[in-house]
Amino acid sequence: MTENENITNDPIIICEDVHKWFDDFHVLKGITTTFKKGERAVICGPSGSGKSTFIRTINRLEEHQRGTIIVDGIELSNDLRNINLIRQEVGMVFQQFNLFPHLTNIKNITLGPIQVRKMSKRAAEEAALALLERMDIADQAYKYPAEISGGQQQRVAIARALAMEPKIMLFDEPTSALDPEMISEVLDVMRELAHSGMTMLVVTHEMGFAREVADRIMFFDEGVVIEEAAPADFFDNPQHERTKLFISQTLQH
Amino acid sequence: MENLAITQEVKPPNTSKGPVKWLQDNLFNTWYNTILTFLALVFLFFVFRGIFIWVFTQAEWQVIPANLQILMIGAYPIEQVWRIWIVLYTLFVLLGLSAAVWKGLVLRISTAIAIFGLILLLIPLDIVKNSEIGYATLEYNFNIAYLIFFKRKWLLGGLVLFVVSFFLGRDKNKLKRWVIGGWVLSFPWTMITLHGFGENTVSTTNWGGLLLTLILAAVGIVVCFPLGVLLALGRRSQLPAIKWVSTIYIETTRGVPLITILFMGSIIFPIFMPGDFQLDKVIRAMIALTLFSAAYMAENVRGGLQAIPQGQVEAAQAVGLTYPKTMLFIVLPQALRSVIPAIVGQCISLFKDTSLVTIVGLQDLLGIARSILGNPTWQGLYVELYLFIAAIYFIFCYAMSYVSQKIEADLGIGKH
Amino acid sequence: MNNNTHTVIPDKIPFYRDVRFLKVFFQILFLIGIILLAGFLYSNMLNGLRKQNLALDLSFLGSEAGFGISEGIDYDPSDSYLKAFWVGIVNTLKVSIVGILCATIIGFIFGIARLSSNWLIRNIAAVYVETFRNIPLLLQIVFWAALTRALPTVRNSIIISDSIVLNVRGIYLPSFEPGPGFSAWLWYLLAGVILAIIVVLALAVFRHSGQLREPHDTDRPSFISNIIFGAKWAAAPTFLIVAIAGLFLTSEAPFVVNRPVLQGFNYVGGMNLTPEFSALLIGLAVYTSAFIAEVVRSGIQAVVKGQREAARAVGLKESQVLRLIVIPQAIPIIVPPLTSQYLNLAKNSSLATAIGFPELLHIGHTMMNQTGQSIPIFGMVMVSYLIMSLTTSAFMNWYNHRITRIGRSR
Repeated sequence: MTENENITNDPIIICEDVHKWFDDFHVLKGITTTFKKGERAVICGPSGSGKSTFIRTINRLEEHQRGTIIVDGIELSNDLRNINLIRQEVGMVFQQFNLFPHLTNIKNITLGPIQVRKMSKRAAEEAALALLERMDIADQAYKYPAEISGGQQQRVAIARALAMEPKIMLFDEPTSALDPEMISEVLDVMRELAHSGMTMLVVTHEMGFAREVADRIMFFDEGVVIEEAAPADFFDNPQHERTKLFISQTLQH
Repeated sequence: MENLAITQEVKPPNTSKGPVKWLQDNLFNTWYNTILTFLALVFLFFVFRGIFIWVFTQAEWQVIPANLQILMIGAYPIEQVWRIWIVLYTLFVLLGLSAAVWKGLVLRISTAIAIFGLILLLIPLDIVKNSEIGYATLEYNFNIAYLIFFKRKWLLGGLVLFVVSFFLGRDKNKLKRWVIGGWVLSFPWTMITLHGFGENTVSTTNWGGLLLTLILAAVGIVVCFPLGVLLALGRRSQLPAIKWVSTIYIETTRGVPLITILFMGSIIFPIFMPGDFQLDKVIRAMIALTLFSAAYMAENVRGGLQAIPQGQVEAAQAVGLTYPKTMLFIVLPQALRSVIPAIVGQCISLFKDTSLVTIVGLQDLLGIARSILGNPTWQGLYVELYLFIAAIYFIFCYAMSYVSQKIEADLGIGKH
Repeated sequence: MNNNTHTVIPDKIPFYRDVRFLKVFFQILFLIGIILLAGFLYSNMLNGLRKQNLALDLSFLGSEAGFGISEGIDYDPSDSYLKAFWVGIVNTLKVSIVGILCATIIGFIFGIARLSSNWLIRNIAAVYVETFRNIPLLLQIVFWAALTRALPTVRNSIIISDSIVLNVRGIYLPSFEPGPGFSAWLWYLLAGVILAIIVVLALAVFRHSGQLREPHDTDRPSFISNIIFGAKWAAAPTFLIVAIAGLFLTSEAPFVVNRPVLQGFNYVGGMNLTPEFSALLIGLAVYTSAFIAEVVRSGIQAVVKGQREAARAVGLKESQVLRLIVIPQAIPIIVPPLTSQYLNLAKNSSLATAIGFPELLHIGHTMMNQTGQSIPIFGMVMVSYLIMSLTTSAFMNWYNHRITRIGRSR
């Protein structure tokens, strides 16, 4: 594990007592935490523990019903302007890629910059090509998503998020829908991104990645964070019974 | 004959693909199929014999050429027919360019249309013309119709334009945007050209025959499209007021027959308009057809919208697109592509449904046919006339359903 | 974009940016728009009606209609408008129901014929379907109407095999009516029911005792299941044999065939279909049957593709495949589009107004012309059609719900 030289002391995401219900089902039961600028947090936990819901509240794909979330000094509330601002600040990568199948890869990437950031088409395309180069798939720019492999699609999706020049990147199980041989190419890109100083919140089951890259690991269960620690402590000296069970299960796996 | 014997020696009759084998497989494979085959043959023999005798010895076909002009264009003044040709030329040019730019299916469809034009061009109308038509005035009418409307030079010109624009547009992908724009503008352009302005105005009440049928169908489908999309979005909206108003509109309209809505246009609509405000009955029929087909369009589009996964909307929101932009750039392009066959299906039924305007007194293809039959000269020739217009309706509808099948197949194997 | 970093959190959101407010606001705006439009139309209507000296009320429904209706249930011009309207509804229902029956029969025949292994049959069916569904229904109805009007006079009627008569007054078909021996035959039916029960019970007892004698007593069928077995195989044949035997054994004929006979200037007896009714019925049945044929064909094909091969692989015979696999699965696929075709037929019956068959819309139109009360009458017509449509689609939703539930529980 390398020390994260990019981490600062400025808080960039502040969550205070965040609650969320789906009808009567209490998904998030009061999450309070702070992420610092440049921090890389890995969120894990069993399925249905609320970890995906939690990162989706951060760019308001899900609305939280109690508590406060402040992203980069902007409170997530019913204020339309704030919602739009935060969505520009926060990039998101989905489990199922969610690329737009009717647009070529490069148009997938340039759509946001042109329509939201009001960049010129040319500048947006240049930036997109540079990003694809960084993702090592520049040759796939003018193909359609359905014509490339899953790993390549997920890298296009990362490029699409990065094209908005976000300050924070959210990853919602980015490798869960991939065939095993493609997982490493996506993790490589994420690793590279981590070293560039991006603030990252990653929901994942890739414990190797977590141990190597994360500054902090948060363990969710039944809507609460039952343990959070630096990777070394988390893996080698877990405090909670549930955490121990989870670690033994995933590492066996 | 000897040659034939030799080929038979070389090719034994029991090869698996021979005609005898085919007959065995497809007509005589079981005892009941053999019986069915003979019954069907007897049936077909009598049907064809009946049709043959009627068509060639009993039918009085002169009713068609003598009335060809009004069947095609109704009371549209003959000296203004050039307007129709201008519209047709515009469409030919756009068709040629589209064929060149998109190739594939579009090319095949436009070629089929051009070939149909070519067949019209080659139909020996002269033979019909030379066959005796007992009445001097009729001959006059027919000559006018033939000379001005079916003038081959005009049609030939259109076909030439088609070919020329096809070759001009080849390998020019940048034209795509302009061609789409052209199609969008072609609709108002058609209406303005046909209507004209100033002294040469041709009022819509003079539009008739096939021309009116086509215009009604085109207006119905083109204008209802944006309305239908809005209604579909409205019905899926999260805002209850908008959702319920859309739903009530769609369900009410689909729950009543089209003819009641047309009657509403002709009887009720004027009551609801302020004092001296008046619209002619063609426009009112257009409004009724549009409002009616919008409800059906909405349901088709909604089907497409439902097929778009939620992840697409979330991804669009995550890159910061607003609701209108998400719909415009992400959801609608995908949804509409998947419902093209359903929309073509709607075009077909709308095209057939335009015949209902006859009931509210418009002179569309069917209306004209009925008024021709009201003329004592042509009384009783309904079989000939109705068969003729049935053939026209059939050709259009069958062509559209054929195209829709092709599109469906193309979408099935398409890459995106 | 860094200037946002130190934005002070506003404690209060301005209302024009508050999502909650905007949602409510847009809906209110939308509703106000709708209400304004409705108000505009309403005030125009009031003005228009004032000019024509008409008031909106339904009292005219009770007054004497004064116009004749050419066919339908018992009605006299001195009856009320409401009665006349009711005659229209009944006529619409009548032609719809008969039309649905005919269209279903013809449609299923052609739909199955399209899947025939016989090339000729398959293609005759295809030509039928493509022809009739690609020609406007109104044109077809008008054509049949012209044809029925052009039938010969009563004196020169076309008579087919002594029982079907075609002339300008319509189509006359023979009808079956209960004859003098009918009540005697009913006793035979009762005897058939009793005999069927006895046979079923006897069969069940026999089979059950046979099973009791078998050595292994595990999985032995219960007596009830033996009764069901007996009912399945013996009940209907027994009953039918007795019923048919009864037809011959009664001393007097239980049914008489009532053939149309020329009496004076007209044919009487049998069933008479007026020219308008015949034209409408033929048009509706033929047009809709073409669509039903397509529904049936695609429904069966949808199942056939994968399932049928799987069923064959299991080793079922062709007839078993059809009975056990294809039909049970095709029916749930066929029913929803079939229902919507029925609904279309009912709505299309309104086209009768073009040929003068007195159905709902035609009578409504006559009433409007006589009273000038176009708005309430129009409302009544529309609501009648809406009730028909909504009840049908309610049924369809219920059916779909049921079917999907069964599908899941499997």
